[in-house]
Amino acid sequence: MTRTHCPYCALQCGMEIGPGLEISPSTDVPADGPGALCQKGWTAGELLTNGARLTTPLLNGKPASWEAALDHVAARLSAIRAEHGPDAVAVFGGGGLTNEKAYQLGKFARVALGTSQIDYNGRFCMSSAAAATIRAFGMDRGLPFPITDLDDADVVLLAGANVAETMPPFVRRLSGARLIVVDPRRTPTARLAWLHLQPTPGTDLALALGLLHLAVADDLVDADYVEARTTGFDAVRTSLASWWPERVERVTGVPVHRMRQAVRALAAAGNAYILTGRGAEQHAKGTDTVTAFVNLALALGLPGRYGSGYGCLTGQGNGQGGREHGQKADQLPGYRRIDDPAAREHVAGVWGVRPEDLPGAGRSAYELLDALGTPEGPRALLLFGSNPVVSAPASARIGGRIAGLDLLVVADVVRSETAALADVVLPVTQWAEEDGTMTNLEGRVLLRRRAVAPPAGVRSDLEVLAGLAARLGHRFGTEPAAVFDELRRAGAGGVADYTGITYERIAAGTALHWPCPSAGHPGTPRPFLDRFAHPDGRARFVPVEHRPAAEEPDEDYPVRLTTGRVLAHYQSGAQTRRIASLVRAAPEPFVELHPDLAAQLGIAAGDLVRVSSRRGESRVVARISDAIRRDTVFMPFHWEGANRLTNPALDPVSGMPEFKVCAVRLERDS
Amino acid sequence: MRLVVVGNGMAGARLVSEARARDPQMRVTVFGAEACRPYNRVLLSDVLAGGSRPEQVRLLDPSWYAEHDVEAVLGTEVARIDRETRHVLTADGRREPYDLLVLATGSEAVVPPVPGAGRAVPFRTLADCERIVAAAGRSRGAAVVGGGLLGVEAARGLAGRGLPVTLLHLAGHLMDRQLDAEAGDVLGETLAGLGVTTRTGVSATAVEPGGVRLACGELVEADLVVLACGVRPVTGLAAAAGLEVRRGVVVDDELRTDDPSIFAIGECAEHDGTVYGLVAPAWEQAAVAAEVITGGKARYRGSRLVTRLKAKSVELAAMGETQLDEEHAEVVRFSHRARGTYRKLVIRDGRLVGAILLGESDAVGTLTQLFDRGGPVPGDRAGLLFPGLSAAPVAGSPVLMPDAAEVCRCNSVTKGQIRACWEAGARDVAGVAAATRATTGCGTCRDAVEGIVGWLCDQEGVPV
Repeated sequence: MTRTHCPYCALQCGMEIGPGLEISPSTDVPADGPGALCQKGWTAGELLTNGARLTTPLLNGKPASWEAALDHVAARLSAIRAEHGPDAVAVFGGGGLTNEKAYQLGKFARVALGTSQIDYNGRFCMSSAAAATIRAFGMDRGLPFPITDLDDADVVLLAGANVAETMPPFVRRLSGARLIVVDPRRTPTARLAWLHLQPTPGTDLALALGLLHLAVADDLVDADYVEARTTGFDAVRTSLASWWPERVERVTGVPVHRMRQAVRALAAAGNAYILTGRGAEQHAKGTDTVTAFVNLALALGLPGRYGSGYGCLTGQGNGQGGREHGQKADQLPGYRRIDDPAAREHVAGVWGVRPEDLPGAGRSAYELLDALGTPEGPRALLLFGSNPVVSAPASARIGGRIAGLDLLVVADVVRSETAALADVVLPVTQWAEEDGTMTNLEGRVLLRRRAVAPPAGVRSDLEVLAGLAARLGHRFGTEPAAVFDELRRAGAGGVADYTGITYERIAAGTALHWPCPSAGHPGTPRPFLDRFAHPDGRARFVPVEHRPAAEEPDEDYPVRLTTGRVLAHYQSGAQTRRIASLVRAAPEPFVELHPDLAAQLGIAAGDLVRVSSRRGESRVVARISDAIRRDTVFMPFHWEGANRLTNPALDPVSGMPEFKVCAVRLERDS
Repeated sequence: MRLVVVGNGMAGARLVSEARARDPQMRVTVFGAEACRPYNRVLLSDVLAGGSRPEQVRLLDPSWYAEHDVEAVLGTEVARIDRETRHVLTADGRREPYDLLVLATGSEAVVPPVPGAGRAVPFRTLADCERIVAAAGRSRGAAVVGGGLLGVEAARGLAGRGLPVTLLHLAGHLMDRQLDAEAGDVLGETLAGLGVTTRTGVSATAVEPGGVRLACGELVEADLVVLACGVRPVTGLAAAAGLEVRRGVVVDDELRTDDPSIFAIGECAEHDGTVYGLVAPAWEQAAVAAEVITGGKARYRGSRLVTRLKAKSVELAAMGETQLDEEHAEVVRFSHRARGTYRKLVIRDGRLVGAILLGESDAVGTLTQLFDRGGPVPGDRAGLLFPGLSAAPVAGSPVLMPDAAEVCRCNSVTKGQIRACWEAGARDVAGVAAATRATTGCGTCRDAVEGIVGWLCDQEGVPV
């Protein structure tokens, strides 16, 4: 039996893999006690024997040797660089990559390619919450407390998080709490709620302002906490005068008495948490929306108090670690800013280069993808652990940009929709075939262990990077443990300091949450108990204003579309759509609409519906359900199609696209 | 470009910040007659009731003007507009040039011309509010003259402070502009339960030291009398400058007066024959005017009016044409006076044109948005009035659950699969879990699985 973790979401449930690849839950994470898995985890073993697995590099669609493929890539990269400069080569990573791979990818881009053009799909996932919490707390660690702390919560507010489908075992931690769920749909999570607030998509920010207004007006603010541990409350309080509850009701559709019920429950609770998910974050104002919820948490005195807090529910398997080690456009390992001279000097020292040779900040994910193949943009792209043809907003446009590249190289396990467009496809190892570390949603570093030998013919991402680096004149390691040691040195002294975290300590069963700055350090499960990470130790209130969605419905596109997940699938579905039992559970994309809207449009359950937006159209089957608002339809994004419709309007701070709301038209397909 | 704004209330202050957000360069000067920073008039009822403190209703921080390079001249009356030379002149002699001028002079409380009216306090400004609160502390009983929105809020707020309150209203029912007669009566009954005595169809003829004298000769005893007899647009400045004034300063769809360099917004403006007395239209006008002033192309087409009472323990929303009867519209009505509940939908041509919701209701958000957007009303009217009514029932008993029903979502396990598993020998949850993985995900189906297993055991006489 090999102890490892689930290959999917950020909960990273512990599991054991038997010699026959049978899976069973283990006890360490997400909590002590009996293990738990959803059907994605139970069936993860099928990923290892899947018939769709790639085992040979493909060069222009034809099988090729590794030498030929890597030689070709290196030669093309060198030629493109020579002709157009280093920024003509771009790198795109993913939040599912191990810490070691994320680190190595960032180093490869900056050192071997010398390009500033690197970003990753976590920009589509966590970036708004990350930006907001850095602004408020001085540090972004998804949950700044162990997940088991939630067992003692009296009230938990989930803003735009459907954990019963996205990370089911997480729900076990909420069984003792009154749940308040903010979601335009009555999701499986909302069905568990004591109170469900069902706002118009795109109005969560107004709702948070309304809740905070009520907290102030009803004298529920923890004035001692605000005085002792925060700055900036007065400006926020003034900004609330414009957001009285009746105005918020008109904007959000959430009744005033329900808002009051929610805020009173939070204030009266001994232990209370406010947690945000993508529903609140994936907006062109996602950073401000999270800030508004953080402001509410601060006013109620929750963050940095034992047994209470604010947290962001990270989505991807290594969404937390993936944003710490330098695959983000503006960052270096250790969650350091690439424009910080001290950070550049430190990292350059570890990498054996001059600080001035490190490139600066590059484009954010969507901007990078949208620049591909254009006169000002990169002409070559190396893609690891991502499938943007399915997962990027305005995906048809992005597909067109990718098609315009001189060179697309995709490293993947299967021939994803994006790999299908590639000049060169490199088959790589996955999950249980390799060692590495993952940092889960609570900032705890976990060991992913190799349980089986990879199929003949595949290489690890680290080997791919080393092979390319060698051809470009650089020596890169291929052993995960050695790369992790280098990561620890590069990140030492940074915000996400892993110095004291080792494979041995994790294997010995120690729960290690970063920062862990030295060998004997116990890790930091609750980093904000004594002080926040700003120099003055205080959390910052930041005033924010609600504004409408980037695209509001009109006569041509009269209905709001929101997108999200279903339980049986993960991300772009590249893995889960190849597992038979998951496909049986959720076989096809669909559009969910309210019976009243369906009647108005003459659409019946099971009809094929053409859903169109200003950016494209998609044909999907109708599902009729009164769990959704009458003015909104829902589509899951695990299949190519939903994102042809979504709006790439970006958050000015985080670069997050507005996945969660755009305007569409529905017609029955005759 | 020099922009001058006369009036620093909700409309004027909003315009200033909207204009500044769009154009960081233009010179902006705002004159306010009140010496204090702008505040949210909507929240004055909260202050009167003791919920919010006066400093909690300020719309801008003191540092805002300096940070945004706006000159605020507060506590200063603008006395005259010189349209020839494009200047405004203040009462204290200042001459301020403008390229564009915005009038946001608002409105003033109507004080009825009855003897002793000076003994009463109008309810209009923050200063009025503070006077009322101070007087309430010394009073044994209060009378509110005027049973419109503000009068009801004031009466409720004073009752909440423990004062016996009599609410006097000229018309036959409360809030007669927003409510039909039955809703007005239900509101009166709700207020009665909160310590407010309502007298409708009465007219005050004098305010005396002991209270309010009615036309019938009766004296309504009160040592605090609050006036909420409506407001009148402040248009003197505009009229004296020769601008077209009817009830308000007449403006077009760009909020321009008949002088193209002068705009008017908020409660002093009359657009398409309507003078609006609520905040939402004033802010919509401010946004349009700011856009036009900074070179944009916006047009104002009128506002939909939603009145939402701010009074503790009285939930009331009214919108649109609430008084239409069955002859002219489709009316859906539910009344339960014993519970203070009254709900009414007015539908014409398949659209919601009016609604009243009295008493706490989850329908309020949906109806307000439906009214605002003018979208088609769904066929199921009852579902609109009673949200949650149509929600799918939860299968309570395992007996009633069809075999195809999904019991464990995390692992897609149906009741039929659990039955098959039981028939194959599993007799407890652990056995079912081992065979089907039901309960191993989020764990919330554990009780359901236990119930199904227990029911199967009962049916077959197997001891559990």
